[in-house]
Order: sequence, then structure tokens, then C-alpha cells
Amino acid sequence: MSEADVQGPASELKFRDPVRARALAGKIARLCAEIGRERIQVMHVCGSHEQAIAKYGLRSLLPKALDLIMGPGCPVCVTDLPEVDEAVVLAQDGKLIATYGDMIRVPGTAKSLAQAQAEGARIEVVYSASQAVQLARSTDREVVFFATGFETTAVATAAIVLQDDLPTNFSILSAHKYVPPAMELVAQIPQTRVEGFLAAGHAATITGWGIFEVFAERYGIPIVVAGFEPLDILAGLVRLVELIRDDVQIVENMYPRCVTREGNRVAQEQMWRVFETTGGMWRGIADVPDGNLRLRAEFAHVDARKKFKIDINRLLSHVPSALTAQCICGDIMSGLATPNDCRLFGKECDPENPVGACMVSSEGTCKIWHQYGGHPDL
Amino acid sequence: MTPGLGSTNRPQEEIITLKHGAGGRAMRLLIEEKLAAGFLEQPAGAIGLAAFDDGAALPIGDRWLVVTTDSHVIHPIFFPGGDIGRLAIAGTVNDLAMMGATEVLGLSSALVIEEGFLVSDLLRIQSSMRETCGEAGATIVTGDTKVMGRGELDGVIINTTGFALADTVVRDSGLAPGDKIILSGPIGDHGIALLAARRGLGFEGQLRSDVAPINGLVRAALQAAAGAVSAMKDPTRGGLASALTEMAEKSGVGIVIEESAVPITPTVRSAAEILGLDPFHIANEGKAVIGVRPQAADAVLEALRAQPLGASAAIVGTCSAERKGRLILDTGFGRRLITEPEGEPLPRIC
Repeated sequence: MSEADVQGPASELKFRDPVRARALAGKIARLCAEIGRERIQVMHVCGSHEQAIAKYGLRSLLPKALDLIMGPGCPVCVTDLPEVDEAVVLAQDGKLIATYGDMIRVPGTAKSLAQAQAEGARIEVVYSASQAVQLARSTDREVVFFATGFETTAVATAAIVLQDDLPTNFSILSAHKYVPPAMELVAQIPQTRVEGFLAAGHAATITGWGIFEVFAERYGIPIVVAGFEPLDILAGLVRLVELIRDDVQIVENMYPRCVTREGNRVAQEQMWRVFETTGGMWRGIADVPDGNLRLRAEFAHVDARKKFKIDINRLLSHVPSALTAQCICGDIMSGLATPNDCRLFGKECDPENPVGACMVSSEGTCKIWHQYGGHPDL
Repeated sequence: MTPGLGSTNRPQEEIITLKHGAGGRAMRLLIEEKLAAGFLEQPAGAIGLAAFDDGAALPIGDRWLVVTTDSHVIHPIFFPGGDIGRLAIAGTVNDLAMMGATEVLGLSSALVIEEGFLVSDLLRIQSSMRETCGEAGATIVTGDTKVMGRGELDGVIINTTGFALADTVVRDSGLAPGDKIILSGPIGDHGIALLAARRGLGFEGQLRSDVAPINGLVRAALQAAAGAVSAMKDPTRGGLASALTEMAEKSGVGIVIEESAVPITPTVRSAAEILGLDPFHIANEGKAVIGVRPQAADAVLEALRAQPLGASAAIVGTCSAERKGRLILDTGFGRRLITEPEGEPLPRIC
């Protein structure tokens, strides 16, 4: 390998310029000073945002007055215990479970898929729904794709469901979630101090930014759609704090290179042809009306819940650990607390022995803070 | 139903899971708390199990006999850039080199082979071992061969033990505040190439493992300035993060790494980003992390860069007396901690 093959800093990439980042951070500081309040709280709702913020150490650039918190933005974290239990039961019954890597260690009522695997069940990590289909083609065994994620991954699952030559040994256990209702839920929490939302750019590429307009109006809260590079996030924050200063409750798209007002119509159409929303628990948070995406009746032939009898009751003799009751993942995802407020964080609960799912997923606030040191004073 | 490890968060009956072999904290705790128990008393003057170093060093006269052993299992057995034979030789030669022992006296090789394994594949592995030994200036002096029934193991397991003499032993624990950290080349190639080959991710064509014996490279570093190399480790399983954490903890220093200085190829960086993996957590099989006294850092760096395998070597960090045992990354935007990986790195969802 020649030296020319080895690139230096990430900053050489376009949206990763530390000098521009500091300029944007300076602007945020000036805007916060103009507002003049001690604390201005804004929420992002995306694990990928938190990853970037923590990975690049962006919080250390922000003024003390700006409290940037993460909301219910981790699909793995909000996957409910019974949903994990369903996958565990299917695995124990001899089905091959194909799922995304970070679902493997999420604790269910009795155990995680990783534990089921250690006891002999067959679990495979896949990177896409189509890979799960390939897996089914390569075996006689029943393959169940444990499908998790927000709109961004739900559309990929939908595209697979609409294929007409799916192998008969392939089915889907959908734990897909739909974000907008959860944002509404947070905005409705009486004690919430959230003054603005940073919306997730990739979900908006599908839904379009227009979907947030009703929401901004109804709850009187500004929303800025932002991308995931350091400068995307900081520029999004500049605009959001500006809107807060000016007391303007509109939706602003700061990710125009990817996001349009209408979004991806084809993907939306496919998603709604395949899925319908139902209410249901988001782990640790609340019952979110219309927050879950389930396969429509006409796709029963690929719906693992229709195809198999899934009796999760046999797992329920395991009483969840007493620690589970002390887990405050729900409050953290609702923006009411940070991992530092949790008495389990980094002690009884760490990535090796996670109590809540927020400590499992690389999109979970607790895992990210554990990995990158949270609000570091380094 | 048997509840597994971590069931309801605290185990009733512990079982071994893959994370116990992944090179991270879980594996370290298993070894330190369980496997090494009762073996921590060592011959006088020896660097033994208690040091949890890359190998053992036994005093013989005024020199040291350095010994290390490693069992190699890898899937697939043949991968872009190498195979299990090359890995078995390079892995053990490199562990010796990390103790400062770059002249290999000899290697042992013990093979456990699955019934049904192709003889032609075995010969391919043997030839690769010979070639790698040639690069390392080493040879196999004793061996053992076993065959097990079909399905009783996955293809082949190779255990190699290495012996070498050294005048001075380089420990993991030798870092002092002010020491510079040199990385001998770009990180992440081995782990990402393997992951891509295993999973058929579509971009495996451009990725190659870095597996190589680096005792020659290490010799150049040691000779560049006498006594200047204070600590060494090869960032294999667990990646740079695990290697540096161990060195920081054992040495009682903090380490600040400048992200912009860490060599990494664009392909590996992109692949890691797509998969949601941290390059600091990914295994390498032909790299060294070298702690150097500050005044000799440039000389050692220059000596490394003069070697083909060290052309991209770089000074990536500095040790400090503050935040002992912690690893801090300066991203250019701000600072954050680097922690060890927990178990096998798993790609994330989006």
C-alpha cells in the first residue's frame, strides 16, 4: 500500500471541517446569548444523530445553555419486550431468525436472541431484508426475518414483501415503528421542556418534510430536518435556535440535498400498501397510538404472526429482573432524564449486561454515552 | 429451559458465549478472574501469567527466553490477503515481537483437522505457512497432528507456539507520561476484509487482510534508538481500542489520540461507516502499537517508515499523567472517550 492510499483526517471530507464546525458553534452560542435564557432544550429523534454527535464530540462545542437531548430515536430501543419474546420463541421452535445485528443482544422478558443462540437456536445477522430472503433460498428451514426499524427500513421490508417470487419458507415478524406519532407523544408530555425538534434526515427522505407541518402548527414547535454529518447537524441547530429566538413555529429543511417536501412517493406508496399502523407499546415509553407498523391482512402468507402459533407465555414464568423496574430508558427517550440520572448506568447496567435496550443498540443513548463518555469534560 | 448468561441481567448458571472469545472486556475478565486463578505464582524474576502480556518471558542467564502460544480458528479458512496458515505463523511471530523478541528460535505447530478436509487445502495451508516463515526468518521445529470426526470442529484448528531470545523485554506496562504512541500502519483491514468475505457485502473486492509477520519491522523500531521503545502491543482482536486500553491501564497513564493522525484507508473507513462499526474496534493482524520516549519518537518513526510494512506509520497520540487508564480521542471537533468493544462488533441497523 502506498502512502497516497492512506487518507488522513475525516475532516478532508466535505461536511467534516472542524474550522467551519467551530464557526457554526460560535453562531449557536451568539443566538443562545441573544435568547438569554439559562436553558434552551431541543430534541433530536434519531440514533444516527446521537451517534454522530457523540462520535465527533460535538456536544463539547455547544454552549452550556443549549441542552441537546435525544428522544425516542432508536428503533431497537423501543422494540418492546413481547416483540423480542416472539422472536425468541420462534428461534427456540427451530426457525432460523434473521435480523439486524443490534437486535441480537436486546433483552426480552426471559432472554435475548444471543442467549437463545448460545443455547442452540439459529440466529443470523443480516444487513438487509433481501439478504434474509437469500438466506431462505439457501435452506429448507423456515426463515423468519425479525424486521425492526423506522420508516427507513420499513420501506425496504415493504419492497421485499411485494416481490412475487418469495420462497415459501420465508416470513416476517414485523416490529417496525412509525416515528411521527412518537414525536407527538413527546410534545404532549406535560412536563416536557422541549422547544424544538431536529428531525431525522433519512426518515424524511422517505416521508418528505411536509409531514411535519401539521405537527409544528398543532404543537407550536419549530422543526428542522437535518442530515448526519457534523456540519449538517450544527447547521440544523443554528436554524433551530434561530427559529426559537424568533418565536416562529415552522418546518425548515436543512437537508435539501436529500430531502424534498413530498419525499419518496414510490416508497411511501409501497410502505402503506404493505403496512398499516396499529397502537402498541414502545418499550419504556408508552402506548403509542399508530406507532407500530404491522403487515396488512392480504400479506398473511409472509406474516410470521399468522403463519405460526407464537406462544410467548412460556417465557413469562421468568420474572424480569428487579433491576428492570429501576431502568429509566423510557424517561431518557422521552427527554426527561439523561443516563447520568440513572442509578444503574455504568454499574449494574453496561453493554455486557444491559438492563434496558438503550444500553444495547449502538443507537441507544445509554450505549452511546457509555461508549463515548456522554457529556465529557476532557 | 436453561437461562443463559445475562438472563434477567444476572446469570443463574453462566455459560460461555461468543463474546468470551472476542478479545474485549468479557474475554479479559474470564481469563483474569477464572482461568488464571491459581497460576499467578510464577518462577522468580519471570514475566508470567499475572502480567497478561503477549507472552511469557523467563530469565536465562542475562537474557530472556520469550514464549507465546496461540490457537487459530478462522472462517473462511482462505480469505482475501491470507489464510489460516499465514495467520498461525504471523500471529505467533508477532506476539513474540511485541515482547521485544524479534529473532525467532523456532515454532511448534499443532493441527487438529476435521475428517473430510481436502488434502489439497491442507497443502495450500502448509505452503502458506512455509512462505510466511520465510518472511519472518523462522521455522517450525516440532509439531502434532490430530484428526476429529466430521462435524466435531469447523475445518481445521492450528495452534502455534513460538520461542525466541531477547536481551531486553518490552512490556505492555512500560508507558510513561509524555511518551508518544506510534501506529505502524493503517487500521481495520483484517477485520473488515473478513467480515466482508464472510457476509458477502459486495465491496469485498477492494479489501485485503493485513496479516503479516512484523518482527522485521519491530526490529527496525527497536534498533532505531536503544531503550527508547517503552511498550508494544499488536492490536488484534478488540482492535486499537483494546490494545491501547490495556497499555494505559497496565502503565497507569492516560492516552490522548489525535483522530486525524490515525492512518486508515478510505475503503476501510467507508466500509466501517456503512456497517456502523468503529475502526478502533476492528482486528488487525500485521500492525504494532509502539510507545516511545518523546525524544526518540521521530527516529523510531523514520526507521519504521523506511520499511515496506511501515510506510504509513504515524505518531497518533501522547501519554499523560491525567485520566489514568483512560483513552481519549481528539476528533478535531472536540474530545470523547474511546472504550473497548463489548463482544464481537455487530453491524447496526441503519
